[in-house]
Amino acid sequence: MPLSTARSNVRVVTLKIDGRDLSAREDETLLEVCREHRIPVPSLCYLEGLSVWAGCRLCMVELVNQNRLVASCATRAAEGMEVQTDSERLRRYRRTLIELLFAERNHVCAVCVSNGHCELQTLAQRLGIDHIRFAYRQAHEVLDSSHELFRLDHNRCILCTRCVRVCDEIEGAHVWDVMGRGSQCRIISDLAIPWGQSETCTNCGKCVQVCPTGALIKQGTSAGEMVKDRHFLPILARRRAR
Amino acid sequence: MSRTITIEPVTRIEGHARISIALDDQGQVAEARLHLTQFRGFEKFCEGRPYREMPALTARTCGICPVSHIIASNKACDHLLSVRIPPAAERLRRVLNLAQLVQSHALSFFHLSSPDLLLGWDSDPKERNLFGVLRQNPGLARDGIRLRAIGQSIIETLGGKRIHPAWVVPGGVAEPLTADKRDAILRLIPEALEIAKRTYAFYKTLLPRFQDEAERFGNFPSLFLSLVSPNGTLEHYDGLLRIKDAQGRILEDQVPPEDYARLIGEAVEPFSYLKSPYYKPLGYPQGIYRVGPLARLNNIQSCGTPYADVALAEFHLLQEEGPISSSFHYHYARLVEIIYGLEMIERLLKDPVVLDQRVRARARSNRYEGIGVAEAPRGVLIHHYRIDDDGLITWVNLIIATGHNNLAMNQAIRQVAAAYVEGGRLSEGMLNRVEAVIRCFDPCLSCASHAAGQMPLAIELWDTRGRLLERLVR
Repeated sequence: MPLSTARSNVRVVTLKIDGRDLSAREDETLLEVCREHRIPVPSLCYLEGLSVWAGCRLCMVELVNQNRLVASCATRAAEGMEVQTDSERLRRYRRTLIELLFAERNHVCAVCVSNGHCELQTLAQRLGIDHIRFAYRQAHEVLDSSHELFRLDHNRCILCTRCVRVCDEIEGAHVWDVMGRGSQCRIISDLAIPWGQSETCTNCGKCVQVCPTGALIKQGTSAGEMVKDRHFLPILARRRAR
Repeated sequence: MSRTITIEPVTRIEGHARISIALDDQGQVAEARLHLTQFRGFEKFCEGRPYREMPALTARTCGICPVSHIIASNKACDHLLSVRIPPAAERLRRVLNLAQLVQSHALSFFHLSSPDLLLGWDSDPKERNLFGVLRQNPGLARDGIRLRAIGQSIIETLGGKRIHPAWVVPGGVAEPLTADKRDAILRLIPEALEIAKRTYAFYKTLLPRFQDEAERFGNFPSLFLSLVSPNGTLEHYDGLLRIKDAQGRILEDQVPPEDYARLIGEAVEPFSYLKSPYYKPLGYPQGIYRVGPLARLNNIQSCGTPYADVALAEFHLLQEEGPISSSFHYHYARLVEIIYGLEMIERLLKDPVVLDQRVRARARSNRYEGIGVAEAPRGVLIHHYRIDDDGLITWVNLIIATGHNNLAMNQAIRQVAAAYVEGGRLSEGMLNRVEAVIRCFDPCLSCASHAAGQMPLAIELWDTRGRLLERLVR
């Protein structure tokens, strides 16, 4: 659910992020404060305008005097908080998380339609990942090309659930959901029927635009041609909030 | 005592291969074979993928000639879409394909084969590489490097990058050509053409030294398969299939590429991962044929460009009559084609149509089966796909140019081995000739290239009981 509270009588808190003294509203999350002040914190499942999922764990930060890491997208700013967004430990964890995502499914960047426009790829480059230390699962994943306009490639899915949330919260259709457990988790349309047969899908394409990788894409695109456009999301989200 | 000589890996070719030569009790060559030792599995793992991914996927077959796969694959996809691509897109694809031809032929001639031609088959293997050529004839080596760079630079200007450009797409090309880019390419042509003509003239002066090799390097009668234009001129992008026999009789002509399966069968041999295609009406293995520059020039009446046509006339004089039968003359044919490629690029780019903004036909798949055939630098390249209702690949068949030449390469190795390898003794130079005959065909066995010829070469002699008798390490 969105981490929002009523906007009236919100207090302002002061906190320290990476040694900088900052102020924030108490209903803001640490990630929002970081974004506001252009402090780079990686994330994949978080998207402004959607509810918080906190599943990718890439936005984890350190709190001074607390050994446990917290997901900055799901932690509200609090008075006197001291936050560290970058450290050797965090870099190691983030790198490992990205590597595990690559090892889990078949991400073949070179031939992917999202090559060059992929959030997973960009993060990997930013973290200097040039090889994967884990054995690839090389799981046999299928591809749902039954929809007239769009395609779902489970090989490229990182289960960030952005598609599930945007369809439910913004479009209101709730075509997508997650089926299965652990490594068997899959994004499904309706009750696990081919997307092209879905009666709830409105063909709006919001899920395609918010997908961070080449898992949800437009039909008719070739390698590197799928460029996502998400400018609609904060605008729609703001209008819904009124 | 019968013995087997193994040459592994074969150097200065594109990819990894092994040659084995079996000697009988008298020390005469009983059998000689080229073994392809890699398994790639492209035809299998492409299944289930969307057909629009095929150009990028199949381009990864090779880092030397990705453009050829991109062209053939996109043609197969055009076929699936059932569209005729816009005229500008067709011309731009032609330019890209010819640029690839120029750079690939330059690589084959200058980087891989010129050390043999210039320094001699028996020269010191430490010197017999591009660096040796640089020391002996720096001008030629520089020309080779420059010519290849120009070909690569044209590919980069058009496609955005030198290797695996994603610019060609099903239905045409992704972006139109700008006048600036066209002019930049056109500015490169005079220098490249000068290099090509200079090298051609130089090679003609070298040729008399190679009478012996021309006689024995894969010199045998075979069929020749290539695409030709509807009026019988040189064609690399489109056109129709033609098969000529060793006497110059046309056995098949104006065959639409989609009918390739009527002409070509594929046999599988247990000793190699490379299939052995053959001309179906003659059966296996009698239906041996050659493809590539030699076959293309043997099959045509003219090139269609001025300098290349002069060179083609001189090429036909290499033999008194009939198609040129010696595989050694692949080198000659390559130089003629470089001239043609450059002249044709210039002609295509001077046509204002190439600047048209409409470069892409948009459609969905409109049939279940698509076949794309183009001439790669090494010969006819066939991509054949079947898809389901959702546009996902259900079946793939790729016949690559090197595959067509498989039977011919084996026969050529046998001939050279019989001529130069005498069982009693092993010499580095004579085994180099066995490798060199393979280099004539410029086989492209995978993405890997070891252009500098620095790979270790081990030659082993085994007896029939599997005992190692002798070992030479380069």
